[in-house]
Amino acid sequence: MLDCAIIGGGPAGLTAGLYTTRGGLDDVIMFEKGMPGGQITSSSEIENYPGATARNLSGMDFMIPWLEQCQRFGLKHEMSEVTRVSRNEDGTFVIHKSDGTTNTAKSVIVATGSTPKRAGFIGEDKYFGRGVSTCATCDGFFYKGKEVAIVGGGDTAMEEALYLAKICTKVYIIHRRDTFRSAPNTIERVKTTPNIEILFNASPQEVLGDAMGVTGIRVVFNDGSTRQIDAPGLFVFVGRDVNNEVLIQEDGSFLCETNNAGEVIVDINMNTSIPGLYATGDLRISAPKQVVSAAGDGSIAALQAIAYVDKISHR
Amino acid sequence: MGKYVELTASNFEETIKEGVALVDFWAPWCGPCRMIAPVIEELANDFEGKANICKVNTDEEQEIAVKFGIRSIPTILFFKNGEMVDQMVGAASKQAFTDKINALL
Repeated sequence: MLDCAIIGGGPAGLTAGLYTTRGGLDDVIMFEKGMPGGQITSSSEIENYPGATARNLSGMDFMIPWLEQCQRFGLKHEMSEVTRVSRNEDGTFVIHKSDGTTNTAKSVIVATGSTPKRAGFIGEDKYFGRGVSTCATCDGFFYKGKEVAIVGGGDTAMEEALYLAKICTKVYIIHRRDTFRSAPNTIERVKTTPNIEILFNASPQEVLGDAMGVTGIRVVFNDGSTRQIDAPGLFVFVGRDVNNEVLIQEDGSFLCETNNAGEVIVDINMNTSIPGLYATGDLRISAPKQVVSAAGDGSIAALQAIAYVDKISHR
Repeated sequence: MGKYVELTASNFEETIKEGVALVDFWAPWCGPCRMIAPVIEELANDFEGKANICKVNTDEEQEIAVKFGIRSIPTILFFKNGEMVDQMVGAASKQAFTDKINALL
């Protein structure tokens, strides 16, 4: 039986892996369906992780040493997708995987993160991957020398707008409010970038396309007027949905308490309503959705898991 | 040990024309592409002699990417006897790819 199972390999899961193994737990597996790193590996630049001061540091380059550091202390990475975590009557946990096999564990740290939300306009799903994207570093290249539009007004939208403005001839930002809620220095950079045009009080109505993919987007303003933008690329940055699927039981209920948004309710120590089960990073309530805070969560949960495993092992 | 096939304009048609092929369109700067890279390597091993597991570096092979209208990476195309029969956009689990290939074999 595993001392601890970590579900997810982003900053929270990797930090939990570092702390559990370095802190003395022997048998710890981090389950991540592919190469670890998490959502931040899709970011073009990270400049708010303390101490990471390299210029133009991409999220991917930033995450490369994390796994290596964990593995030095004995963390095992299993490349499988976890479908569900359930709990036995004796309080131990079962990790169910998509290939049909299972593992048992004394404690579980869930660090499954979140997925970019879709905005919900007409044609968004139809053209997803054919002009509609949620990853500027992945797909910006396909629009080199072309025009693109961005939907959203938060930190991610602003940062990726600046990134795309370097590749594309023009970047339109479609934002439903008349102000931005992003870091002031980022907003300033966006506003002073000559090839960025901001459409305030505007929402995407319908994405237009043909057999080859997106050709443009029709935007509706709060006053009811519309405008068509001819751009082959549309990037959507409108927040994230938590990945809580692994906590859903066969009867449809959640393994532990969650709020209306599906975020896991935890206390200040990342304890869920179930002993030995911890939730970290974007998945938990009030998550700041920052790499540094996800990493902090991972360390807190790991310290709790170590104490918990120690307690039940000596009972 | 099976190895994936690196496809270029010169070997693309030849490689996919017979049997089942999985083609992963990727690029070095793409995080989700990097995430599935070890999965692709394992698939190449699992399906050795049964299906062609291939990769196209869209940075170097833009013509192939344009031909298939690739605008998001990773995009994974599935071919049977040279004909594109299925596709997936974004990172997915090994099981998901395995199921798609098995359905075509």
